[in-house]
Amino acid sequence: MSLPDRIYPSRPEQVYLVGTCLVDSFYPDAGMDAIHLLQSCGVQVIFPQDQSCCGQPAWNSGYEDEARAVARTQLEAFAADIPVVVMMGSCAGMMHLEYPRVFAGQPEEKRALALAARTYEFSEFMVNVLNYQPMKDGKTSYQPLRVALHTSCSARRGMQVAAEHKALVESLPGVQVVEPARVTECCGFGGTFSVKQGDISAAMAADKADAMAATGADCIVSADCGCLMNIGGTLEKQGRPMATKHLATLLWESAVEAGK
Amino acid sequence: MSENRIEMQQIVDQEEHDFADMKARHFKARAKMALENETLRASFRGASDFLMAKRKSVFPDDEELEALRDRGEAARQRSLQDLPELLEMLEANLTRNGVQVHWAETADDACKIIHGIMEAGNAKTLVKGKSMVSEEIELNHYLEKKGIECLESDMGEYLVQLGNEAPSHIVMPVIHKNKRQIARLMHTRATTPDGEPVPYSEDVDDLIGNARAILREKFRNADAGLSGVNMAIAETGTLLLVENEGNGRMSTTVPPIHIAVTGIEKVVRSLTDVPELLTLLPRSATGQLITTYVNMISGPRQPGELDGPQQVHLVLVDNGRSRMYNHPQLKPTLQCIRCGACMNHCPVYARVGGHAYGSTYPGPIGQVVTPQLGNAGGLAANGDMINACSLNGACGEACPVRIPLPDLIRELRAEAARPATATALGMPVPGTGSRRNLGESLIWTGWSTIYKVPFLYRTSTRLMGLGRSLMPGKLAPWTNTRSMPKPAARSLHQLARDAGVPSTAEEARYQNKQRQAEEK
Ligand code: SF4
Repeated sequence: MSLPDRIYPSRPEQVYLVGTCLVDSFYPDAGMDAIHLLQSCGVQVIFPQDQSCCGQPAWNSGYEDEARAVARTQLEAFAADIPVVVMMGSCAGMMHLEYPRVFAGQPEEKRALALAARTYEFSEFMVNVLNYQPMKDGKTSYQPLRVALHTSCSARRGMQVAAEHKALVESLPGVQVVEPARVTECCGFGGTFSVKQGDISAAMAADKADAMAATGADCIVSADCGCLMNIGGTLEKQGRPMATKHLATLLWESAVEAGK
Repeated sequence: MSENRIEMQQIVDQEEHDFADMKARHFKARAKMALENETLRASFRGASDFLMAKRKSVFPDDEELEALRDRGEAARQRSLQDLPELLEMLEANLTRNGVQVHWAETADDACKIIHGIMEAGNAKTLVKGKSMVSEEIELNHYLEKKGIECLESDMGEYLVQLGNEAPSHIVMPVIHKNKRQIARLMHTRATTPDGEPVPYSEDVDDLIGNARAILREKFRNADAGLSGVNMAIAETGTLLLVENEGNGRMSTTVPPIHIAVTGIEKVVRSLTDVPELLTLLPRSATGQLITTYVNMISGPRQPGELDGPQQVHLVLVDNGRSRMYNHPQLKPTLQCIRCGACMNHCPVYARVGGHAYGSTYPGPIGQVVTPQLGNAGGLAANGDMINACSLNGACGEACPVRIPLPDLIRELRAEAARPATATALGMPVPGTGSRRNLGESLIWTGWSTIYKVPFLYRTSTRLMGLGRSLMPGKLAPWTNTRSMPKPAARSLHQLARDAGVPSTAEEARYQNKQRQAEEK
């Protein structure tokens, strides 16, 4: 579906990659997978070393000045007029949808609007800008990989890229997508929510974990690592671990396999 | 039925006690109690699933739904845009129709006005149709202290009153109880008009039949009737009220005095606004195409007419609404048509239920409206409640009039944490800045200091990677129910640097030139 009225540019030569702070420290391999995948599509990837965090945790907690200071650093790090690909829906939503509000009436407003306009969520960019088509003659002879897809709330309702997520995963050879019960329901992560309202968050995560376990899938795939940490961590603590993968990793592994 | 009446009485008393106990606690404790109550969890989960499916069934076409929501939003925004003018027009036209209009700035004023009307009419008993504003101003409590008997006549509200509890949902007040609990309540606490205990039955028709028989008598004898209002139409001076049980019609037509009470935001300009909103309200609320009753009240009994009340009053309540109206970001709060869809779709509400919020209005709209009301403790008393949201957006997606509920919740968090030095826009929410505490601001200042300086950020993530084996194995509350996430040995910053991924546009250009030179 993607955001109504969003117009996509033609394939650029270069993109900036926003790794996001969670990927940076906890899923860095997924970041490299995204870089390889984009490069394999003939796009040069720039990974600014000066990037840190989009500022969302403080923004959502109501600490606006603190969030703005960190967001300002991203305006600097992604200053050139190059499309920005964000590895998580939640941070993409912050930059694309919230930055105009974060900087409303501020000296940087114009730059923030420009950055917001050229910011894309990972799957959104792969589908709508790169028109990514996985190689069809992949590992079809293998036992199909059963994937439970979890589209985060910010990807689904903020960036509105649930269809893009699904299209990408479904197009992979040798992958069978299984849908958990109450697929659209929040997993209970919600950033600082999981800490500030630990009991409620845990109850939501437990239900999501049940739904995931019930699918019998081989792995849980999402483009939001907060959800993956939350759902995967709950299942692990319960003694029924399931593998978790960022969408970029699933796509890149499939591409590597197909290229063999 | 395996319990005898005495045992049932004990269970019902215990439930009442549990409710009072929960009410006396803080938000987090209330939420925890709710989460641990399996019966309650099952009631809310079941209700949410059922109501979401029902709503979906009456909005089969996504495109049509979005178009309807656009029109609903536009209708509400039109009304709010001209609110002062429309309120004056409403007053003039209601007065012309013989309805007496009263303005109440605070909840207390509203209670006093209603009591005054009752006193002037020598009325001692009040039968009530469903009205959330009457809950908001705590009318029953006020009138009962003055010796006036209030009887709820909406089935759900009636049961809540029997149980000595509070509504847990704005449309379905007793949704927290299952059939068995309701059957026990009726059997142990209600008496038939002949003074007998109501026979035990879990059959819905029996339950409603028994309540109806009791309430009929009360309608006949009540000195005054009270109702809410769903829309007040300015051009014609008409009060519109939707309901399913007929108790609304009885409360507004049988007793000699009818008192309607509503918030000032409920006014719309003309009858043509009605279909826009009426198409959305029952569909969003209960998944009905239309409610069983749609009452259009346009004044008291006229000379020569055989029925209807002799007096009709409208009490227009502010209680913080003018402040909402003057707040540039929070104004959409007033768009609400109180359908309850946001709570039906809220995953937090589905887990903790309505009572955990501790406020008249629970769920997402409750989180937004409660701190802004004049009599609910502001942000100081409701800070934990506004944090009980993962900002997942399900409420905003369901809202028929497109209130950006998650944005408003975030905005309220910002209001609550606003530094004392900042100048607020418009009228601040009560308790602005009250949640800014030293601990939390230190955390965010520290976070900001590191994350805004790239070098500090890189250093700290590198150290985290190096020290990963030293990381604590436990970090409550996260690790109470989840494993501890382990940072990778090397961050993406390091991996990308090592792989020669350019860091800036200049670096990328330089690399490209080099490559071209090599290729030559
Ligand atoms: S906020 Fe929207 S969904 Fe919630 S009760 Fe009001 S109108 Fe209904």
